[in-house]
Amino acid sequence: MNLILFFIRKLTETEMWKSVFRHGYTDTPRNRALQTISNVWLHLHPVKVPKHAVKITYTWCLGGLTFFIFLFLTVTGVLLMFYYVPDVNRAYADMIDLMYVVPLGRLLRTSHRWAGHAMVITVCFHMLRVFLTGSYKAPRQFNWVLGVLLLVLTFLLSFTGYLLPWDQLGYWAIMVGTNMGAATPVMGYQGPFADLLGVKINNDVRFALLGGTQIDAPSLLRAYVWHCIGIPIIAGALMILHFWRVRKDGGISGPL
Amino acid sequence: MSNHAEAEVANNNKTEKVFSWPNLVAKEFIAAILCTVILLVYSYYVDAPLRELANPGEPENPAKAPWYFLGLQEILVYFDPWIAGVVVPSIIIVGLMAIPYIDVNPKGNGGYCFRERKFAITVFLFGFIFWYVLIIVGTYMRGPFWAFFWPWETWSFDFPTPPPLMSLPNWLGIFALLIYFGLGMLIPAVAFWKFAKQLGFIRYNITMSLLLLMMGVLVKIALRLMFNIKYILQTPWFNI
Repeated sequence: MNLILFFIRKLTETEMWKSVFRHGYTDTPRNRALQTISNVWLHLHPVKVPKHAVKITYTWCLGGLTFFIFLFLTVTGVLLMFYYVPDVNRAYADMIDLMYVVPLGRLLRTSHRWAGHAMVITVCFHMLRVFLTGSYKAPRQFNWVLGVLLLVLTFLLSFTGYLLPWDQLGYWAIMVGTNMGAATPVMGYQGPFADLLGVKINNDVRFALLGGTQIDAPSLLRAYVWHCIGIPIIAGALMILHFWRVRKDGGISGPL
Repeated sequence: MSNHAEAEVANNNKTEKVFSWPNLVAKEFIAAILCTVILLVYSYYVDAPLRELANPGEPENPAKAPWYFLGLQEILVYFDPWIAGVVVPSIIIVGLMAIPYIDVNPKGNGGYCFRERKFAITVFLFGFIFWYVLIIVGTYMRGPFWAFFWPWETWSFDFPTPPPLMSLPNWLGIFALLIYFGLGMLIPAVAFWKFAKQLGFIRYNITMSLLLLMMGVLVKIALRLMFNIKYILQTPWFNI
């Protein structure tokens, strides 16, 4: 036992160890503070938080869970990208492969799908929590606006993913969704005032979404690129702002 | 209200702080683990849906949008697509973003407390529940051709023909809209004068417009269900 402790002490005194771990682990206030500020992932948090804020029944962990599910979706999504090709001749077959051939493919696809739904739910209830605790009030007004944008982006992330399996469910769901786009006033060919700008089926907002006049190969590619690259980058950028503003607007909300 | 009392207690302890490590981080860690476990266990037992290969020649009936958009698809029954699919969601998004700027009541910040924000919480909860009720109707009670079925009924193509719809004559429609929005803006301004004055002219108008628009959706649904009204106003360019 003493030998083990001796080796641990020797090890933790080496230059190499100290270059990686900047402080000791003895339970002192100083180390608790360092644990937060010297860790790139944890330094999102302040060193100290108000006592009421760590009660589960205050936040219900909803914002954090939403972010965590986003990370979960990123990891499973990247793994799915190894197997899935956004080509109308292959996409559905790739889904079948994922379900029956790829090791753990079924779990990968299924958990990605359910996590997507879960994120929509947690983000909605996070908004409800923030409203009920009045946390959008001054000085946090703008962060609420960012939150609304992130809510919309979450819907769009889930919606663009819906087409990717290239099955009947996704195809006709996207049909319903994009046909509503065609009804946009002025900018959709079926909407009011469409002829004002000479908007037709082949140059309206639905055309831009689908990359054509009907759901076909270009639509699948567009859904894929928006789903895997476009929207995650925009949402990621807004998340950085959202978290940053939580700190800059005075930390987690509390009684004034 | 116990939550109110809690907010009071929290108010007294507001300066009391604890270290994030481990008080906050440990809870986040546990929440993340539980979330992962639940997701994986659920996914292990319940497969994600996958239907037949997409076939443009064979429409699904009913064809449904993803569940979180079914509230909008549900109001397609009552409104033209440009309202249900574009104008309503746009107003919802803009209205949500406007909330912090039109709710100037400084009370109830940082705790669950109904007593000090009765109006704000009632309106928001109403909208939130309205959105989900529409989603539930759209998900579980709409069968082929978007016909209505109770959850305990089996979907079939043999449903009674819906009654013929009629539209209000335009003079009546314009009159009804003027009455609805005119009185809707005026009556609360008189009846809740203090509230209106506290908001100020511009905030009051924005708040009430948004509220009346939200309630308008409900009014149109009621008009359709009770009196088979198709349109309130018809113009060569659009109908409401």
